[in-house]
Amino acid sequence: MTDIAKLPPGPLGSSSQRAVIWARKNLFNSWFNSILTLGSIAALFWIIPPMIEWGITNATLTPSIEACREVTGACWGFVNANLRLILFGTYPYDEQWRPLLAMVVLVGIIIGSLGAVPYAGMRKWIIPMWLVGIPVIAILMWGGVLGLTYVQNSYWGGLPLTLILSSIGIIFAFPLGLLLALGRQSSMPAIKTLSVVYIEIIRGVPLITVLFMASVMFPLFLPEGVTIDKLLRAQIGIILFTAAYLAEVFRGGLQAVPNGQFEAGNSLGLSYWQSMRLIILPQAMRLVIPPTVGSFISMFKDTTLVVIIGLFDLLNTVKLALRSDPAWTRYYVEGYAFAAAIFFLFCYSMARYAAYLEKELRKGEQR
Amino acid sequence: MTATATETTATGVVTPPPSNEEVITVSKANKWYGNFHVLKDIDLTVNRGERIVICGPSGSGKSTLIRCLNRLETYQSGEITVDGILLGDDVKNIEAVRREVCMVFQHFNLFPHMTVLENLTLAPIWVRKMPKKQANELAMHYLERVRISEQALKFPGQLSGGQQQRVAIARSLCMQPKIMLFDEPTSALDPEMVKEVLDVMVELAKEGMTMLCVTHEMGFAKEVADRVIFMDAGQIVEMAEPQEFFANPKNERTKLFLSQILSH
Repeated sequence: MTDIAKLPPGPLGSSSQRAVIWARKNLFNSWFNSILTLGSIAALFWIIPPMIEWGITNATLTPSIEACREVTGACWGFVNANLRLILFGTYPYDEQWRPLLAMVVLVGIIIGSLGAVPYAGMRKWIIPMWLVGIPVIAILMWGGVLGLTYVQNSYWGGLPLTLILSSIGIIFAFPLGLLLALGRQSSMPAIKTLSVVYIEIIRGVPLITVLFMASVMFPLFLPEGVTIDKLLRAQIGIILFTAAYLAEVFRGGLQAVPNGQFEAGNSLGLSYWQSMRLIILPQAMRLVIPPTVGSFISMFKDTTLVVIIGLFDLLNTVKLALRSDPAWTRYYVEGYAFAAAIFFLFCYSMARYAAYLEKELRKGEQR
Repeated sequence: MTATATETTATGVVTPPPSNEEVITVSKANKWYGNFHVLKDIDLTVNRGERIVICGPSGSGKSTLIRCLNRLETYQSGEITVDGILLGDDVKNIEAVRREVCMVFQHFNLFPHMTVLENLTLAPIWVRKMPKKQANELAMHYLERVRISEQALKFPGQLSGGQQQRVAIARSLCMQPKIMLFDEPTSALDPEMVKEVLDVMVELAKEGMTMLCVTHEMGFAKEVADRVIFMDAGQIVEMAEPQEFFANPKNERTKLFLSQILSH
C-alpha cells in the first residue's frame, strides 16, 4: 500500500505500474516465490501452446476419417461423426429425440429444484416438480404409451443414463443417508447397531464390488423366475453405496449442532421428529453443504463404473463409438477428452452451486 | 452483583400467595451417572403459584433436579408427578408434561437459523396447532412484555446476551406454560445485562407464575421466592422461607455457602 501511495500522481501511477507493484508483492516477494513463479510461467509456456495447436489450430471438426488423417491435431470429427452414439448410446436412432427431451426435462427440474432451495417459500415446489418430472421422463424413455414405441431399458445409454442414474441416486440416497445418520445416533441399540454395521460394511468395500454383487450375486438369492432389471439393480447399488457415505457426512453435521438446541425443542413440547425437522436438520444441513456436494460429485463420476455390469453410460458409449469403426479406434484421446469435458461441466457446476448456496443461506443470519 | 440486583429489583410489591394445590411432587427420587449418585432421595412438593429458588455449589445436583422435572434427565428410582401426570418412560406423558412446563436455559438455546419471531411462534404453531397469524400476535404480545418487540425480525445472533435471554423467556411464555423452570438464567450474562433479565423474571413471579429457579441471585430470592432450597452433594440440605433462610441458616454447609456467596 505504501508503495502505491509513494507513486507520483498522473500518468506515471498507471494501472501497468500498479500491476508491477502487485506482481512484486505477490509473485516475487522472496527468492523461493520467484523461482516458483518463473517455473510456473515456463510450464505454462511449455504446455498451453501445444495444447492449443493440437486442440484448435491443427484440429478438424469434419466428420470423416479422410479429413482426420490429413491433420496433425485433434480429430474432433470423430466426436462429430459419433455424437449421437456417444450421447445416447444404443437407443433407437429415430427415437433419440426422446432421451434428448427427457434429459432437458431432467436438467430443467434439477436446475429448478436447486434454484428453489435457498428460498423457503419456493421449497414446497421441489417435490411436486419431481413427482411430475419423473413420470414424464419415464414415459419418454420407456415409451409404450401415447403412441411412443416401447424401448427396453437395456438400450438406454450415454448422457441420459448417467444423469438418470446419478439424480435418482441422489434423490434416494439423501433420505436413506439421513435415516442412517439418525440411526447411528439413536439411543435404541438395535437401530444403532444396524446402522453402524451397514455404514461400515458399505464403506469398507469398493463401489465396483457393490455393483458386481448387485448384478451377479443378488439374483442368486431371488426365488426362481423372479428377475430384477439390470439397470434397477445398478441403481439400487449406487443408492445403497452413496447413502453410507452421506450418512457419515450428515453425522458430522448433526454432531456439530449443540445439544442445547435439541433440549430447547424438547422443553417446548416438540416431538423428536419435529425437533429434528425444524431445528436440528436445518442447522446441520447448512454445515455439511460442501462435503455433501463432494459426495454427489464423486457419485456422479462413480456412475461410470456401471460399465462392469454392461450398461452403456457416457464413458462406455465413447468406447462403443471407438469400436464402431476400426478406423476411428486411434482417436480415443479425442473421445475421452469430450467425455471428460462433459463430466467437468456437470461437476464444476455442482461445486459452484455449493459455493453459491452456502453464501445464500448465510445472508442475513450472523452468528 | 448480588447486592445490585437486590436494590434494583426490590420494589416492595407483595407477591400473591401460592395456592394449596400441589403441582409438582417429587418423592424419593434417585439418579446416578454411572457410579456417581447425583440425586439422593429427593423429596419436594411445589404448590401452584409457588416460587422456589434453588441454590448450592456446582455439582450439587440442582440443575439435574429441575431438568428431571421436564424429563431432560431421567431418574432411576422414586416418583415425579407434574401437574398430575406421572413422569416415567411413557412418551405421551413426557410430551404432555413438556407442553405445560417450559425451561429457560443458561445459554438461551435460541434457534440461530430463525428470526426472533419465528423462534417464538415455532412451538405454538407445531405443538398447539395455532394458526400462524394468531401465533404471530401472541408472540408480539410476549415480546412487548419482555420489552424487545422492535427486534422481532432480527436473528438471535444479532442480539446481546440479555436480549437473547429475554427472547428465550418470551419463547417459553408463548407456550402459556403452567410452570417455568429457570436453569441459571443469568449466569452466562455480562453483569450489566443481569438486571434486565431479572426484572422480567420478577414481573413473572408477581403475576403468580409457578417458578423453579436455579440461581445465585440472592436478591431475586429475597424479593420473590416463597421458599429457598439449598442443595449439596445431591441432597436437599435446607429448605426455608427466604427471611429465615438468609437470617438463620440451620445447616453448617448452608452457612458456609452463604458466607462465600454473600461475602463479595
